[in-house]
Amino acid sequence: MDLTEYQGKQVFREFGIPVPDGKPASGPAKAQQIAEKLGGTVVVKAQVKVGGRGKAGGVKLAKTPEETAEVAKQILGMDIKGHKVRQVLIERAGDIAAEYYASFMLDRGAKAYLGMCSAKGGMDIEQVAAEEPEYLAKVHIDPLVGIKQFHLNEMMSFGKIPREHQKAVGGLLEKLYRCFVGADAALVEVNPLVITSAGDAIALDAKVSLDENALYRHPDFAKLVDNRDLPKQERAAKDLGLGNFVALDGYVGVIGNGAGLTMSTLDVVAEAGGKPANFLDIGGGANAEVMANAIGVILSDRKVKSLMVNIFGGITRGDEVAKGILAAIDKLGDVKVPIVVRLDGTNAVEGREILQKANHPKIVPAATMLDAAAKAVELAKKRKAS
Amino acid sequence: MSVLLDKSTRVVVSGVTGSEGTFHTRRNIAYGTNVVAGVTPGKGGQRAVDDKVPVYDTVAEAVLKEDANASLIFVPARFAADSIVEAVDAGCSLVVCITEGIPARDMAEVYPYVRAKGAALIGPNCPGLISPGKANMGIIPGEITGPGPIGLISRSGTLTYQVMYEMFSAGVGQSTCVGIGGDPIVGSNFIDMLARFQADPETEAIVVIGEIGGDEEEKAAAYISANVTKPVTAYIAGFTAPEGKRMGHAGAIVSGSKGTAKAKKETFESYGIRVGTNPTETAELAVKSLG
Repeated sequence: MDLTEYQGKQVFREFGIPVPDGKPASGPAKAQQIAEKLGGTVVVKAQVKVGGRGKAGGVKLAKTPEETAEVAKQILGMDIKGHKVRQVLIERAGDIAAEYYASFMLDRGAKAYLGMCSAKGGMDIEQVAAEEPEYLAKVHIDPLVGIKQFHLNEMMSFGKIPREHQKAVGGLLEKLYRCFVGADAALVEVNPLVITSAGDAIALDAKVSLDENALYRHPDFAKLVDNRDLPKQERAAKDLGLGNFVALDGYVGVIGNGAGLTMSTLDVVAEAGGKPANFLDIGGGANAEVMANAIGVILSDRKVKSLMVNIFGGITRGDEVAKGILAAIDKLGDVKVPIVVRLDGTNAVEGREILQKANHPKIVPAATMLDAAAKAVELAKKRKAS
Repeated sequence: MSVLLDKSTRVVVSGVTGSEGTFHTRRNIAYGTNVVAGVTPGKGGQRAVDDKVPVYDTVAEAVLKEDANASLIFVPARFAADSIVEAVDAGCSLVVCITEGIPARDMAEVYPYVRAKGAALIGPNCPGLISPGKANMGIIPGEITGPGPIGLISRSGTLTYQVMYEMFSAGVGQSTCVGIGGDPIVGSNFIDMLARFQADPETEAIVVIGEIGGDEEEKAAAYISANVTKPVTAYIAGFTAPEGKRMGHAGAIVSGSKGTAKAKKETFESYGIRVGTNPTETAELAVKSLG
């Protein structure tokens, strides 16, 4: 779960990581009020979960509260790489003596934590890694041992942090690691980490991604959950408890059970010459109600010209799937989209029988996964042409 | 033979009195698996699963009294890491964790510990493993296949069933099928299982089923080229997956140019390993690879 900058800074504050004074606003009047309280020049920053907002004009200085309102008005509502700006962060502008980079993340390849640090802050870290790798320290930390002073020394020394700033940077790095572990984050990143003229280290930006599986350990993080940025259909799926839904831009709807089989179903649809409209894994043991909800969500997308249901029953039972398909058709009334169904595994025979008895004109049985994909694509193309 | 699991494996099921635990333990017993005990703290002394399985409060007692040597875990996500360590400390040399949704930090801490103790951990977030005709630990439907010469390793569940079923429909069964799990950190990787299948005299060919995310498939390809003499067929799911979207499994995500299905397929092929374009073709190639 990615957090916006101001949410990330809330988490940072809880772990004692210094961040500039500031507050979020969703309207110009509120922005002006915040600027008045802060006093002096402020920075107005678009709160979107995507990089490159500075270049897109989403970060601007304002010298007075009135100017803050004006700038906020410009930035609010902007579209940055498909993300609508709903909030701005108003922060006191500070003096910057140096800009560095710091992050901690889970390195799945190494199955350990990875700390990174660089004297080249304020720029895209992937660019630093590609062009000036000698300025990027990558230090692995054994999760059972935790961070030690030598890890911090290695991060700063290989990252070429000047000696006179190492005490301040080291202090922030250690707190950042505590935050990474303590908040169950998948990633904490500070870019830039700035040194003020007084020599203090401050996290000027905050990129935090939390592990959704660990949210139960952090009840206070519930307030950070924000699904407003999700596409409408993904939100609807989430509300129905269909967590494994991803909208795509094609026209063949896909429902499968199990992530791997569903991914594979998308691939065979593409192989058959079609374009999948979505990824929807109904998971293990789905009953008729789940199946009916799944079909409802997919058919709410008018782009969808056919639907492929691909079920290999293990815990999921074929008869339940069949009942769910009929229930969905019943509920939706006049279904125009052909539903191609392939059932195998547990109770598949019973499921096929139920569908056969129903004899609905829009239900098309298929013997195999490849047969189902070919039929779904053919039917979709026919309907597109007509 | 088979790898990791056979009729002599003595299984203790953690979470045996829960609904998932009861349901699947019953199926595993019906398949012939030697389930010797169950564990639910606070319910020691009871019997579970149609009165067939003695329940203990701890895995250590199950090992002491019933000689259990393998652990199967169905407990909820927040207790699962605890159960893994408990099983390893009690002396189980094989631990299979079916549980989905375990926090990544828990697995980051458990992984080096289990490795250091020398136990084999399968999962978490996996369907378990089956040695057809012998024993089944987990949720793989045993009735879709039978014994045979192919070893199968997969990051997925139902996709594995699909490939098993297609091979068996073509008349070829498996020595053992292992679902290693769909999380970013799992206890065993492709290489661990490849080494076991290479050493297993009953396994004549191997199928590797991967998906987007991470670089375990790439590492496996290099390992196969250097260490595996048996024919290997691969399959990768997720060619149509967009960047930055998690496709069901926590580990199935393309970040930047990393972890794409295309890159994985190309890596396998660069080492001369055949990659099926869909599950059906993969099963066909695997059957043909037997010669």
